[in-house]
Amino acid sequence: MSVADANTAANALDALSVDNTGWAADARSSALARLREMGLQTKRDEYWRYTDPATLTSQDAPQAALFDAGEKPLFDDVERLKIVFVDGVFDAEASDDLSLENVEISRLAETASADIHWAKTLYGTLESNGQDPVERPLAAMNTALASDGVLMRVTGKVSKPVSLIYRHKSESSDAILHHVIKVEQGGDITLTENGPAAARFNKVMEVDIADGASFHHVRAQGRDHERRAVTHIFTRLGAESTFKSFTLTANGVLTRNECVIELTGDDAVATVAGAAVGDGVFHHDDTVFITHDAVNCESRQVFKKVLRNGAVGVFQGKILVKEGAQKTDGYQISQSLLLDEDSQFLAKPELEIYADDVACSHGSTSGAIDEDALFYLQSRGVPVKQAQDLLVLAFLAEALEEIDSDALSEALHQRLEDWLARRSA
Amino acid sequence: MSLDTDVKEGVDQETVDAVREVGGAYKYGWNTEIEMDYAPIGVNEDIVRLISEKNKEPEWMTEWRLEAFARWKQMKEPEWAMVDYPQIDFQDIYYYAAPKSMAEKPKSLDDVDPKLLETYKKLGIPLKEQMILAGVEGAEDIPAEGRKVAVDAVFDSVSVGTTFQEELKKAGVIFCSISEAIQEHPELVKKYLGTVVPQSDNFYATLNSAVFSDGSFVYIPKGTKCPMELSTYFRINAENTGQFERTLIIADEGSYVSYLEGCTAPMRDTNQLHAAVVELVILDDAEIKYSTVQNWYPGDEDGKGGIYNFVTKRADCRGKRSKVMWTQVETGSAVTWKYPSCILRGDDSQGEFYSIAIANNMQQADTGTKMVHLGKNTKSRIVSKGISAGKAQNTYRGLVSMHPRAKDSRNYTQCDSLLIGDKCGAHTVPYIEVKNNSSRVEHEATTSKVDDDQLFYCRQRGMDEEEAVALVVNGFCKEVLQALPMEFAMEAQALVAISLEGSVG
Repeated sequence: MSVADANTAANALDALSVDNTGWAADARSSALARLREMGLQTKRDEYWRYTDPATLTSQDAPQAALFDAGEKPLFDDVERLKIVFVDGVFDAEASDDLSLENVEISRLAETASADIHWAKTLYGTLESNGQDPVERPLAAMNTALASDGVLMRVTGKVSKPVSLIYRHKSESSDAILHHVIKVEQGGDITLTENGPAAARFNKVMEVDIADGASFHHVRAQGRDHERRAVTHIFTRLGAESTFKSFTLTANGVLTRNECVIELTGDDAVATVAGAAVGDGVFHHDDTVFITHDAVNCESRQVFKKVLRNGAVGVFQGKILVKEGAQKTDGYQISQSLLLDEDSQFLAKPELEIYADDVACSHGSTSGAIDEDALFYLQSRGVPVKQAQDLLVLAFLAEALEEIDSDALSEALHQRLEDWLARRSA
Repeated sequence: MSLDTDVKEGVDQETVDAVREVGGAYKYGWNTEIEMDYAPIGVNEDIVRLISEKNKEPEWMTEWRLEAFARWKQMKEPEWAMVDYPQIDFQDIYYYAAPKSMAEKPKSLDDVDPKLLETYKKLGIPLKEQMILAGVEGAEDIPAEGRKVAVDAVFDSVSVGTTFQEELKKAGVIFCSISEAIQEHPELVKKYLGTVVPQSDNFYATLNSAVFSDGSFVYIPKGTKCPMELSTYFRINAENTGQFERTLIIADEGSYVSYLEGCTAPMRDTNQLHAAVVELVILDDAEIKYSTVQNWYPGDEDGKGGIYNFVTKRADCRGKRSKVMWTQVETGSAVTWKYPSCILRGDDSQGEFYSIAIANNMQQADTGTKMVHLGKNTKSRIVSKGISAGKAQNTYRGLVSMHPRAKDSRNYTQCDSLLIGDKCGAHTVPYIEVKNNSSRVEHEATTSKVDDDQLFYCRQRGMDEEEAVALVVNGFCKEVLQALPMEFAMEAQALVAISLEGSVG
């Protein structure tokens, strides 16, 4: 960033103002203060070493052409409660009625003027905690400026998934959504998200999981080739609670998905997984930061990427085990399959450990399709294209196995098979 | 640990005794009171000129140093490593200190400052080598006892002598101090110095380029297998001095050399700075094996004193089918900041890095390697074993980079960390950058504690807890210990046990 650009960015931050009415006002103004203090990130920041944030921090969102994949909407066969946003704006007509047993659903925009809301103690809290030890300015910006979002309080087992659907209709839309989910003791919910959302999408999701509660998250990021997205999940886990998140990404010129997990209660389990398939102008960055701050917790990270025609895959994953977080089991694997000479895989898998009775491991591999496996399949009469597809699917399947719901997993499997079919066509 | 067990074949008694002696706490913590010749404290252009003058350097060398110094003044100390130490006052360090007795050549051992001789003796250097190192005239002609290892000893700032020079000369090998090489072989020095680690490479390397006082120089001519192992002993003795040595090794086409490096320093309450640069140039079909046992004073249990070890080591595999192997056993220093790297430029070249880093008490180590694959069909292997005990912090930091044109290359990385006690930390920070698909990169890392079952088994056989831990840790390090030359392996094995003393219970 040149001095002139830095000045422009600083001026832009100075010019920002937040909505200072209603229950979220304090959280918004302190987020803005945080953002001004940090400043926006540049590609010189170590945490953005492999991904240039310029188009995510620029004043205006770069244009993104609309794209019609011509396929059946994802998860259509799954019984669910739909909440639809079009370019970041809630679409009441397309959405279902927001009442569902064991979960109380409201929206940020609709409750903004009220002075009291249960989400007041949470909104911006987990995001603010997640700024240390690594700064995440775009998340602070989100808390300060989010126009809408879903607020969910889960009090028991929810019978069907809640589905957030993000549609993209304007080539220059710049959407900022902020969701807050509070899963109370005994609560259990599955949340799905899918769709391209906007030309540029900045989303933060704060998930507070109480003792013994469960949260399942399955996401498919939209296939619009030119869309950009920066998303953050901040989650805090109580004792014996579960957090599971899976993301499938296909296309998109730039995606940065950050997941910041804090295990604060004993015996909690957190899993974060992802499969990304990229072709051509595609830059996909998975950045995960898991903090173990309790005894006997388990965390898993499983990330798979298939890249070709110059696509770039990035993985930055960190397991931090604090002093006293004994009996920690931390596992991390990041793998990429490079289908041609132009693709790149850049990884920084980190461990930072201050407790001795732990078993932590990470593995990272990168390479082409295994020639021996390919030869084996061909020798059994499988044509080369089909054999390659089989091997690619088998490679990605390991990440999909992290999804508990068969119906959701099946839908994503189908998506991948379609992707391969189109690739071969 | 006990050495009464079986000794492998081929290890002579002297080695066994030497290793057995490596007992007790920090053995090299004595201080020799020798009259020293200091340059004024601090660093400025005049000091740089003075160092250059003391070494009787030609004009071009002085200019080269001054360029580096000008550059250094504009640089900032790196802060990215996971180490924490008080700000160093670079003007409160002596940049040049030499034993006064070096001024005139003694006629026999009787004329040598007995304190200096005592130092060599404590370092375990054989008598003949002691004579040569002390600069006794004609010492070269006296027959040597035992196994031959050519030694260059660097005492504070200057090289005090190199042994076996004549014999090496017959083979065409040049092994001398770098100050001597600048005078005797300026064409070689000019051609290679700073080509692997440029003057402005990083803060400490740049400082070294400006003020390096001495170090070793090795040139192995075409097709020559160096007839013996070469070794350098570094010792920081004087208080408040910084040691800045520079090593340059050139392996010409088809040659081979194995180089050993050992380091010790006295126990002092204040911290001392060591900022060395090692450059290796490997041409077609040549091979360099570089082994280090770093045992600088680590400071006391409360973290008082100890050496700051900020070292830049890099090998440039320029030639086709060239090969380099770094092996390091890092047990000393209060703070270590060291990343021996391999630039695999030549097609089919190979780089290997084997490391054991032990941090106990208040020690901090941030160490690892860089494997930069530029040539086709290049191979690299990284095996790193980090052990943390007490309140120490131990970090592996590494880079594996496959450039687009480094087709069909291969890397395998294994970094394991072992934690002993619940107050220490073990960290892994690898960077993996793959920019072509015909290369395979594999990285594995694990962190765990000493296995209770293994400890129990050893205890049940009558070992005390400390012995048991030492044995398990030695097993954990086996892959690296095996890569060391025999003498070093024995010493290293004993060091592993000593470094962990007091970490159990």
